[in-house]
Amino acid sequence: MQLAVLGGFVVAGMAPLLHHWFGARTPLVMALLPASLAAWLIGQWSTISSGEVLLLEWAWVPGLDITLTFLIDGLAWLFAMLISVIGALVLVYSGEYLRGHRDLPRFLVVIIAFMMSMLGLVLADNLVTLFVFWELTSITSYLLIGFNHSDLAARKAALQGLLVTAGGGLALLAGFAMLAVAGESWSLAELTRRGELLRGHDLYTPLLVCILIGAFTKSAQFPFHFWLPNAMAAPTPVSAYLHSATMVKAGIYLLARLHPSLGGTETWVVTLSLVGALTMATGAFLAIQHTNIKKLLAYSTVMALGTLTMLLGIGTEGALVAFVVFLLGHSLYKGALFMVAGILDHETGTKDVTAMGGLRRVMPLTAAVAGLAALSLAGLPPVLGFVGKELMLESVLAADAWRPLILLLAFTAAFLTLAVAVIVVLRPFFVTPRETPRAPHEAPHAMLMGPALLAVLSLLFGLAPGLLDSLVGATVAGIGAPGAEVHLALWHGVNLPLLLSLASLLLGLLAYRHWDRLRARLSRLEPLMARGPEAGYEALMAGLVAVAGGQTRFLQNGHIRNYLVMTLLVLIGLVGHALFFRHTLELDFALTIYLHEAVVAGLMVAGAVAACVMRSRLAAVAALGVMGFSIALTFVLFSAPDLAITQLLVETLTVILLVLVLFRLPRFATLSTPLERLRDLAVASLTGGLITLLMLSVLSGERLPRISDYMIANSQPLGHGHNIVNVILVDIRALDTLGEIFVLALAAIGVYAMLRFHAEEYDARHHAPPPESDDG
Amino acid sequence: MEPLMAITIGILFAAAIYMMLRRSIVKLVIGLMLLSNAANLLIFATAGMVRGAPPLVPEGLSAPEGMVADPLPQALVLTAIVIAFGVLSFAVVLVRRAWEIVRADDLDKMKDTDT
Amino acid sequence: MVKSGTLILNAAARLLLPLQLLFSLFLLLRGHDEPGGGFIAGLVAAGAFTLYLFAFGRPALNEMLKVSPRDLVGLGLLLGVLSTLPAWWVGEPFFTAQWWTIPVIDFKASTPLIFDIGVYLVVVGSVLTAITALVKTDQEEDEH
Repeated sequence: MQLAVLGGFVVAGMAPLLHHWFGARTPLVMALLPASLAAWLIGQWSTISSGEVLLLEWAWVPGLDITLTFLIDGLAWLFAMLISVIGALVLVYSGEYLRGHRDLPRFLVVIIAFMMSMLGLVLADNLVTLFVFWELTSITSYLLIGFNHSDLAARKAALQGLLVTAGGGLALLAGFAMLAVAGESWSLAELTRRGELLRGHDLYTPLLVCILIGAFTKSAQFPFHFWLPNAMAAPTPVSAYLHSATMVKAGIYLLARLHPSLGGTETWVVTLSLVGALTMATGAFLAIQHTNIKKLLAYSTVMALGTLTMLLGIGTEGALVAFVVFLLGHSLYKGALFMVAGILDHETGTKDVTAMGGLRRVMPLTAAVAGLAALSLAGLPPVLGFVGKELMLESVLAADAWRPLILLLAFTAAFLTLAVAVIVVLRPFFVTPRETPRAPHEAPHAMLMGPALLAVLSLLFGLAPGLLDSLVGATVAGIGAPGAEVHLALWHGVNLPLLLSLASLLLGLLAYRHWDRLRARLSRLEPLMARGPEAGYEALMAGLVAVAGGQTRFLQNGHIRNYLVMTLLVLIGLVGHALFFRHTLELDFALTIYLHEAVVAGLMVAGAVAACVMRSRLAAVAALGVMGFSIALTFVLFSAPDLAITQLLVETLTVILLVLVLFRLPRFATLSTPLERLRDLAVASLTGGLITLLMLSVLSGERLPRISDYMIANSQPLGHGHNIVNVILVDIRALDTLGEIFVLALAAIGVYAMLRFHAEEYDARHHAPPPESDDG
Repeated sequence: MEPLMAITIGILFAAAIYMMLRRSIVKLVIGLMLLSNAANLLIFATAGMVRGAPPLVPEGLSAPEGMVADPLPQALVLTAIVIAFGVLSFAVVLVRRAWEIVRADDLDKMKDTDT
Repeated sequence: MVKSGTLILNAAARLLLPLQLLFSLFLLLRGHDEPGGGFIAGLVAAGAFTLYLFAFGRPALNEMLKVSPRDLVGLGLLLGVLSTLPAWWVGEPFFTAQWWTIPVIDFKASTPLIFDIGVYLVVVGSVLTAITALVKTDQEEDEH
């Protein structure tokens, strides 16, 4: 399986090549990949349904305990199935939707890469692996949202999606690190068994907050919901895949996966139920204000994601069953509806539902599919959506925390969603026909196949929900209710949830009737909306740019000496502080200085100072030479013959170099004011003084045993050399030396490149033969 | 000898930094040379300065008798001297090319990135 | 800047070059036991060639060297890297020194020696690359 997923990335990279071979049929060919993965998963079903957990191990970074282990239980199986089946359908669909698009190969590369990342995410057992795949989905989804990269809005939406999800990803990484520390394992399978330990750990609250931020940003929970509707700038197959069935559910998946380890505490229950319910109501409320069919669907997706989060928050066995059924139901109908939206856009040339009407005559099949899917969205019988919604209402009624508020929010969401469902079907397909930018026809089979299959599945599972019993049972076992007996039914008898459904049906229809007026009313709220979380995001981004600009102008002002002064002042401040306040300076030395040594030191100082004050370049170079030779003498006096020779030779070569270069440069000029010179002198003296003090304190401090004692002792026995310095250079620390000769080589090549490449251009310009004219 | 060396090195560093803070690019190069020499000396001297005991193993013995100078900083400084030369040649050629193109001796006139 | 052809310089360069090169080889080979080694020997050789360059000019130096100094850099780096590999051959960690004695002349050959020769070539090559490039550019600029 690991091989299949990693190989999938390779297949993704080969998409352009495949496109070269198969042309417009490439998406069909590539759909074989997810289809075969789905077939493999079905083959594992008997193992999974019996409640076994499949662990496929593969060491990746053994040293860090990071493995590419895949964990397949009911939950992972359900997600992997959704990803591969809907993935295959979307590929088939996009082959038609993007027929003849010149960027089809690029689309295929990214969507397959996304598919594999998503599979990796839901199958990963190791937290690090999961995180890597998590980030990969962020990146690939960025590329997919921004697919029409010549469109400013698409680029902006893509960036927004990336920043929000990747920002959450950072929090998630921190959360994972804490999780691994608290649970003492990187493996999800292990962590699931250590719920007690984790919930009682001191790090529980911080790690939960970090992980929730990660999951909420990914799954577009309030207040991070705004990026998802903007992401509708993506081509419709992408919206159908990423923004309904898969990527936005990654956060939900993570929460479900961690529910056994982290769930059940008061923090968890309250946060998830409230955030979920709020997201649910916000999504439904915002949906009703839009006429763009993709935005309508996007906000209803936000609603659904909120519902799922809320159900995980409630966390009772009933809620978990409702979670799984709702999740499956939503993936089926939302995928179908998005693909229908794509068909409408493709055939009519508009996305505005108010601009369409009466399309059922020209596209009856599409209308039927849309009708079925919308029934599921509305939560009406006899489809799976109804089963899911009834279970949802039932578990809300049984919720412990904040029941009245959650119920109110859930009910509002339910009737508004119903209105959305009605709008999505009735407006385009019924009412009076309208002129659309393009003359619509029935959709091609390839485009209809996906949504039709998904809608029929909705119906099938709705009529016979018992088919799902074992799948739901196995999934629920993975998220914290092992051994649950699941018996799904379409008809639960007349009970409170049913009555609530009926009430929401009536209210929903009412809302649909007065939709236009409702929109007009709600549009007055726009100034309020403008202060929503998205405005916060915009302000944050603007602030970031302003701060970056300001600090760049201040710190990176292009004056090298300002950089230097700044660096040095920080150095003086920090090191000086440590030296004087953290360290007592003892200056106690036995001084033995011979006269000739003092003279050599004096020459050194004189040379250095003279090099600074000389007005002629030649004199400065001579002064430097005096200093260099004095240094060589110091090496001679203090037992470093190799250094002395090297210094002498380099001094000679330096003079040659300076003669060759320096005298091609301008004469010394006095450019700064006396005040500036005084300031520079102060900085320089402070730094010099600090170095002196630092060195004195190092010398007066306690001497640690020299690491070179080993080298001295073993130079001859092991290194077969009598010159210890050389043995160190070519044997003991040879890797260092190898790096250093590479640096030297690079410097030489740099010099050559700077001088000669320019000169060759020069030659070409000045000595090039006159161009021959063909027509002369 | 070390305290005297500490003061000497401090002065070398001060001279180097003073020159590197000049606006004239030629002075910058001189500052760079002073700096590399000062740094080499610092590493060498901080390890302790020993008179007349080079880190050589006498012929026929497997280890030197008595205390010898620390060979490790010597090895580090040896490569540092040669690399400093390489870097210096890179720096002076860079300065020279910059001068040929911009024709400005004043670093303040070179601060635009697109000239 | 560089004028070649003064009599004393020419004579000295012609005479000194072989001696200096011999000395540099001597420094290189004895470097493991006495002051010397690849860096120092390389600098000596580079100095010798530079003297020759100033005495007879760049074309003469090129003619005598036969190879471009840049190739010496590459060869040196290659030798440096290659010297790390024999350890692998005998199953020891990367970079472990290997010693062989060449029987007839009783010469100790070793990977550190190969490595030092690599260092030597890189130093000679780098210095000469920089200096010949500078001299060549100077001459061209003087022509224009």
